[in-house]
Amino acid sequence: MLILECPYCGVKAEETELHGGGQAHIKRETVGSDDDAFEHYLFTRANPRGVHLERWRHANGCGKWFHAARDTTTLEVFGTYPAQTFEPPKDIIDAITAKRPDWSFKNWQGAT
Amino acid sequence: MSNAVSALQGATSEGFATITEAGLRGMITLRGDLSSAKLKKAVKSTAGVDVPAQRACNSAGDKAVAWMSPDELLVMVPYADVVDATTRIAKALEGEHALAVNVSDARAVFTIEGAGAREVLAKLSPVDLSREAFTTGMFRRTRLAQAAVAFWMRDETTFELVCFRSEAQYVFDVLSMSARTGSEVGFL
Repeated sequence: MLILECPYCGVKAEETELHGGGQAHIKRETVGSDDDAFEHYLFTRANPRGVHLERWRHANGCGKWFHAARDTTTLEVFGTYPAQTFEPPKDIIDAITAKRPDWSFKNWQGAT
Repeated sequence: MSNAVSALQGATSEGFATITEAGLRGMITLRGDLSSAKLKKAVKSTAGVDVPAQRACNSAGDKAVAWMSPDELLVMVPYADVVDATTRIAKALEGEHALAVNVSDARAVFTIEGAGAREVLAKLSPVDLSREAFTTGMFRRTRLAQAAVAFWMRDETTFELVCFRSEAQYVFDVLSMSARTGSEVGFL
Protein backbone atom coordinates (compact mmCIF):
# COMPACT_ATOMS: atom_id res chain seq x y z
CA MET A 1 0.00 0.00 0.00
CA LEU A 2 1.35 3.36 -1.04
CA ILE A 3 1.14 6.05 1.65
CA LEU A 4 1.78 9.69 0.73
CA GLU A 5 1.59 12.67 3.04
CA CYS A 6 -0.54 15.44 1.55
CA PRO A 7 1.53 18.65 1.84
CA TYR A 8 -1.63 20.78 2.10
CA CYS A 9 -3.58 19.09 4.87
CA GLY A 10 -0.84 16.99 6.47
CA VAL A 11 -2.82 13.76 6.21
CA LYS A 12 -0.81 10.59 5.72
CA ALA A 13 -3.17 9.39 3.05
CA GLU A 14 -3.17 5.87 1.74
CA GLU A 15 -3.67 5.07 -1.89
CA THR A 16 -7.47 4.69 -1.83
CA GLU A 17 -7.83 8.30 -0.69
CA LEU A 18 -5.69 9.56 -3.58
CA HIS A 19 -5.89 9.71 -7.33
CA GLY A 20 -2.79 9.41 -9.51
CA GLY A 21 -2.22 12.14 -12.10
CA GLY A 22 0.79 10.84 -14.01
CA GLN A 23 4.12 12.51 -14.62
CA ALA A 24 4.90 15.83 -12.92
CA HIS A 25 6.72 18.90 -14.25
CA ILE A 26 5.40 18.60 -17.80
CA LYS A 27 6.07 21.64 -19.93
CA ARG A 28 2.71 22.69 -21.31
CA GLU A 29 2.93 23.75 -24.94
CA THR A 30 0.59 26.40 -26.20
CA VAL A 31 -0.19 28.64 -29.17
CA GLY A 32 2.97 29.12 -31.23
CA SER A 33 4.62 25.82 -30.25
CA ASP A 34 5.68 23.65 -33.18
CA ASP A 35 4.13 20.24 -33.93
CA ASP A 36 6.97 18.19 -32.51
CA ALA A 37 6.83 20.02 -29.20
CA PHE A 38 3.06 19.54 -29.10
CA GLU A 39 3.34 15.85 -29.86
CA HIS A 40 5.90 15.46 -27.08
CA TYR A 41 3.67 17.34 -24.64
CA LEU A 42 0.54 15.36 -25.51
CA PHE A 43 1.84 11.83 -25.93
CA THR A 44 5.37 11.30 -24.63
CA ARG A 45 5.68 10.36 -20.99
CA ALA A 46 8.64 9.19 -18.97
CA ASN A 47 8.36 5.71 -17.50
CA PRO A 48 11.56 5.36 -15.51
CA ARG A 49 12.53 2.30 -13.54
CA GLY A 50 13.63 4.04 -10.38
CA VAL A 51 13.10 7.59 -9.17
CA HIS A 52 10.00 9.25 -10.60
CA LEU A 53 8.24 12.54 -9.94
CA GLU A 54 4.47 12.25 -10.11
CA ARG A 55 1.31 14.28 -9.66
CA TRP A 56 -1.28 13.08 -7.17
CA ARG A 57 -4.61 14.47 -6.08
CA HIS A 58 -5.94 14.13 -2.56
CA ALA A 59 -9.33 13.26 -4.08
CA ASN A 60 -11.08 11.93 -0.98
CA GLY A 61 -9.74 14.70 1.20
CA CYS A 62 -8.79 18.32 0.69
CA GLY A 63 -9.02 17.92 -3.09
CA LYS A 64 -5.63 19.52 -3.84
CA TRP A 65 -3.05 18.41 -6.37
CA PHE A 66 0.46 17.78 -5.11
CA HIS A 67 3.68 16.22 -6.32
CA ALA A 68 5.41 13.12 -5.00
CA ALA A 69 8.92 11.79 -5.48
CA ARG A 70 9.10 8.01 -5.26
CA ASP A 71 10.86 4.98 -6.62
CA THR A 72 8.78 2.95 -9.04
CA THR A 73 10.60 -0.30 -8.36
CA THR A 74 10.98 -0.23 -4.58
CA LEU A 75 7.87 1.94 -3.91
CA GLU A 76 10.07 3.97 -1.56
CA VAL A 77 8.67 7.49 -1.09
CA PHE A 78 11.24 10.31 -0.89
CA GLY A 79 8.74 13.02 -0.13
CA THR A 80 5.81 15.11 -1.31
CA TYR A 81 5.68 18.80 -2.14
CA PRO A 82 3.15 21.43 -3.27
CA ALA A 83 2.43 21.58 -7.00
CA GLN A 84 3.17 25.31 -7.47
CA THR A 85 6.70 24.76 -8.66
CA PHE A 86 8.61 23.98 -11.86
CA GLU A 87 11.14 21.75 -10.15
CA PRO A 88 11.38 19.77 -6.92
CA PRO A 89 12.47 21.77 -3.84
CA LYS A 90 15.94 21.29 -2.41
CA ASP A 91 14.90 19.08 0.51
CA ILE A 92 13.26 16.61 -1.89
CA ILE A 93 16.32 16.53 -4.15
CA ASP A 94 18.51 16.02 -1.08
CA ALA A 95 16.29 13.16 0.10
CA ILE A 96 16.56 11.48 -3.30
CA THR A 97 20.32 11.96 -3.77
CA ALA A 98 20.98 10.70 -0.24
CA LYS A 99 19.68 7.30 -1.41
CA ARG A 100 20.44 7.55 -5.14
CA PRO A 101 23.67 9.60 -5.43
CA ASP A 102 23.66 9.40 -9.25
CA TRP A 103 20.21 10.92 -9.65
CA SER A 104 19.74 14.48 -10.80
CA PHE A 105 16.64 16.39 -11.86
CA LYS A 106 18.37 17.41 -15.09
CA ASN A 107 18.94 13.81 -16.11
CA TRP A 108 15.55 12.57 -14.99
CA GLN A 109 13.68 11.01 -17.93
CA GLY A 110 10.78 13.40 -17.48
CA ALA A 111 12.93 16.55 -17.54
CA THR A 112 12.16 18.87 -20.43
CA MET B 1 -42.56 28.52 0.58
CA SER B 2 -41.89 24.83 0.12
CA ASN B 3 -41.44 22.64 3.15
CA ALA B 4 -37.74 21.73 3.47
CA VAL B 5 -37.03 18.13 4.40
CA SER B 6 -33.73 16.42 5.13
CA ALA B 7 -32.52 13.50 3.02
CA LEU B 8 -33.73 10.63 5.22
CA GLN B 9 -36.04 12.60 7.51
CA GLY B 10 -34.43 11.55 10.77
CA ALA B 11 -33.96 7.84 10.11
CA THR B 12 -32.26 5.96 12.95
CA SER B 13 -30.63 2.60 13.34
CA GLU B 14 -29.64 0.82 16.56
CA GLY B 15 -26.63 -1.40 16.84
CA PHE B 16 -23.57 -1.27 19.09
CA ALA B 17 -23.71 2.42 18.16
CA THR B 18 -26.72 4.51 17.23
CA ILE B 19 -26.83 6.00 13.73
CA THR B 20 -29.16 8.97 13.31
CA GLU B 21 -29.81 11.18 10.35
CA ALA B 22 -29.50 14.52 12.09
CA GLY B 23 -32.10 16.44 10.09
CA LEU B 24 -31.69 19.84 8.54
CA ARG B 25 -28.49 21.74 9.22
CA GLY B 26 -27.43 25.07 7.81
CA MET B 27 -24.12 24.65 6.01
CA ILE B 28 -22.09 27.26 4.17
CA THR B 29 -19.07 26.51 2.03
CA LEU B 30 -16.69 29.41 2.47
CA ARG B 31 -13.67 29.68 0.21
CA GLY B 32 -11.07 32.38 0.44
CA ASP B 33 -7.82 33.36 2.12
CA LEU B 34 -8.16 31.87 5.62
CA SER B 35 -5.53 34.25 7.00
CA SER B 36 -7.46 37.35 5.94
CA ALA B 37 -8.63 39.53 8.83
CA LYS B 38 -11.95 40.24 7.12
CA LEU B 39 -12.68 36.55 6.72
CA LYS B 40 -11.71 35.77 10.31
CA LYS B 41 -14.04 38.49 11.53
CA ALA B 42 -16.92 37.33 9.33
CA VAL B 43 -16.56 33.75 10.58
CA LYS B 44 -16.38 34.83 14.21
CA SER B 45 -19.46 37.02 13.98
CA THR B 46 -21.48 34.35 12.14
CA ALA B 47 -20.55 31.19 14.01
CA GLY B 48 -19.21 32.59 17.26
CA VAL B 49 -15.93 30.67 16.99
CA ASP B 50 -12.51 31.34 15.50
CA VAL B 51 -11.22 29.97 12.21
CA PRO B 52 -10.10 26.43 13.14
CA ALA B 53 -6.57 25.12 12.85
CA GLN B 54 -5.65 22.61 10.16
CA ARG B 55 -7.97 19.56 10.33
CA ALA B 56 -9.95 20.88 13.28
CA CYS B 57 -13.57 21.77 13.95
CA ASN B 58 -14.43 24.57 16.39
CA SER B 59 -17.96 24.39 17.74
CA ALA B 60 -20.12 26.30 20.18
CA GLY B 61 -23.69 25.18 20.80
CA ASP B 62 -25.49 24.62 17.51
CA LYS B 63 -22.84 26.41 15.46
CA ALA B 64 -19.50 25.18 14.19
CA VAL B 65 -16.71 25.90 11.74
CA ALA B 66 -14.68 23.12 10.17
CA TRP B 67 -11.38 23.22 8.24
CA MET B 68 -11.97 21.64 4.81
CA SER B 69 -8.75 22.55 2.96
CA PRO B 70 -6.14 25.35 3.03
CA ASP B 71 -8.65 27.71 1.38
CA GLU B 72 -12.01 26.31 2.42
CA LEU B 73 -14.16 26.25 5.56
CA LEU B 74 -17.51 24.68 6.33
CA VAL B 75 -19.61 27.03 8.45
CA MET B 76 -22.51 25.37 10.27
CA VAL B 77 -25.45 27.32 11.66
CA PRO B 78 -29.10 26.42 12.45
CA TYR B 79 -31.03 25.74 9.25
CA ALA B 80 -33.41 28.66 9.79
CA ASP B 81 -30.51 31.16 9.88
CA VAL B 82 -28.51 29.91 6.94
CA VAL B 83 -29.80 32.21 4.20
CA ASP B 84 -29.19 35.29 6.37
CA ALA B 85 -25.80 34.05 7.48
CA THR B 86 -24.67 33.40 3.89
CA THR B 87 -25.72 36.90 2.84
CA ARG B 88 -23.94 38.43 5.82
CA ILE B 89 -20.68 36.56 5.13
CA ALA B 90 -20.82 37.45 1.43
CA LYS B 91 -21.41 41.08 2.30
CA ALA B 92 -18.59 41.15 4.86
CA LEU B 93 -16.19 39.74 2.25
CA GLU B 94 -17.08 42.13 -0.51
CA GLY B 95 -13.96 43.13 -2.42
CA GLU B 96 -12.04 40.01 -1.32
CA HIS B 97 -11.37 37.01 -3.52
CA ALA B 98 -13.83 34.84 -1.59
CA LEU B 99 -17.00 32.85 -2.04
CA ALA B 100 -19.80 31.88 0.36
CA VAL B 101 -22.42 29.39 -0.81
CA ASN B 102 -25.34 27.87 1.04
CA VAL B 103 -24.96 24.11 0.54
CA SER B 104 -27.40 22.99 3.26
CA ASP B 105 -29.77 21.19 0.89
CA ALA B 106 -26.95 19.47 -0.97
CA ARG B 107 -25.68 17.65 2.14
CA ALA B 108 -26.87 15.14 4.71
CA VAL B 109 -25.69 14.99 8.32
CA PHE B 110 -25.43 11.89 10.50
CA THR B 111 -24.54 11.36 14.12
CA ILE B 112 -22.88 8.19 15.34
CA GLU B 113 -23.31 7.81 19.07
CA GLY B 114 -22.18 5.22 21.55
CA ALA B 115 -19.07 3.68 23.05
CA GLY B 116 -18.39 1.89 19.76
CA ALA B 117 -18.71 4.95 17.52
CA ARG B 118 -14.99 4.93 16.72
CA GLU B 119 -15.20 1.38 15.54
CA VAL B 120 -18.15 2.02 13.24
CA LEU B 121 -16.07 4.57 11.31
CA ALA B 122 -12.77 2.73 11.60
CA LYS B 123 -14.23 -0.22 9.69
CA LEU B 124 -15.13 2.02 6.76
CA SER B 125 -12.45 4.70 6.48
CA PRO B 126 -8.66 4.65 5.95
CA VAL B 127 -8.19 6.81 9.05
CA ASP B 128 -6.36 6.09 12.30
CA LEU B 129 -9.24 6.30 14.79
CA SER B 130 -7.38 5.09 17.87
CA ARG B 131 -7.95 7.07 21.07
CA GLU B 132 -4.46 8.56 20.88
CA ALA B 133 -4.64 9.58 17.23
CA PHE B 134 -8.17 10.93 16.83
CA THR B 135 -9.42 13.20 19.58
CA THR B 136 -12.31 15.55 20.31
CA GLY B 137 -12.49 18.52 17.94
CA MET B 138 -10.56 16.81 15.15
CA PHE B 139 -12.02 16.93 11.67
CA ARG B 140 -11.24 14.67 8.75
CA ARG B 141 -12.30 14.61 5.13
CA THR B 142 -11.98 11.12 3.78
CA ARG B 143 -14.01 8.34 2.25
CA LEU B 144 -16.55 6.07 3.90
CA ALA B 145 -16.53 2.85 1.90
CA GLN B 146 -17.15 4.34 -1.56
CA ALA B 147 -18.56 7.75 -0.60
CA ALA B 148 -16.70 10.99 0.04
CA VAL B 149 -17.50 12.22 3.56
CA ALA B 150 -16.18 14.39 6.35
CA PHE B 151 -16.52 13.63 10.03
CA TRP B 152 -15.47 15.10 13.34
CA MET B 153 -15.60 14.17 16.98
CA ARG B 154 -18.00 16.16 19.11
CA ASP B 155 -17.12 14.28 22.28
CA GLU B 156 -15.57 10.95 23.23
CA THR B 157 -18.64 8.94 22.17
CA THR B 158 -20.19 11.12 19.47
CA PHE B 159 -19.16 11.65 15.87
CA GLU B 160 -20.91 13.85 13.34
CA LEU B 161 -20.59 13.10 9.66
CA VAL B 162 -21.56 15.00 6.51
CA CYS B 163 -21.93 13.56 3.04
CA PHE B 164 -23.57 14.47 -0.24
CA ARG B 165 -27.35 14.32 -0.02
CA SER B 166 -27.57 12.02 -3.04
CA GLU B 167 -25.44 9.47 -1.17
CA ALA B 168 -27.35 9.69 2.12
CA GLN B 169 -29.12 6.34 1.81
CA TYR B 170 -25.89 4.54 0.92
CA VAL B 171 -24.03 6.17 3.81
CA PHE B 172 -26.84 5.36 6.24
CA ASP B 173 -26.95 1.73 5.10
CA VAL B 174 -23.20 1.23 5.28
CA LEU B 175 -22.99 2.87 8.74
CA SER B 176 -25.89 0.74 9.99
CA MET B 177 -24.22 -2.39 8.71
CA SER B 178 -20.92 -1.44 10.32
CA ALA B 179 -22.72 -0.90 13.65
CA ARG B 180 -24.63 -4.19 13.58
CA THR B 181 -24.71 -5.81 17.02
CA GLY B 182 -22.35 -8.75 17.21
CA SER B 183 -19.91 -7.31 14.68
CA GLU B 184 -17.78 -5.46 17.25
CA VAL B 185 -14.06 -5.92 16.73
CA GLY B 186 -13.13 -4.52 20.13
CA PHE B 187 -9.75 -3.28 18.99
CA LEU B 188 -10.14 0.48 19.48
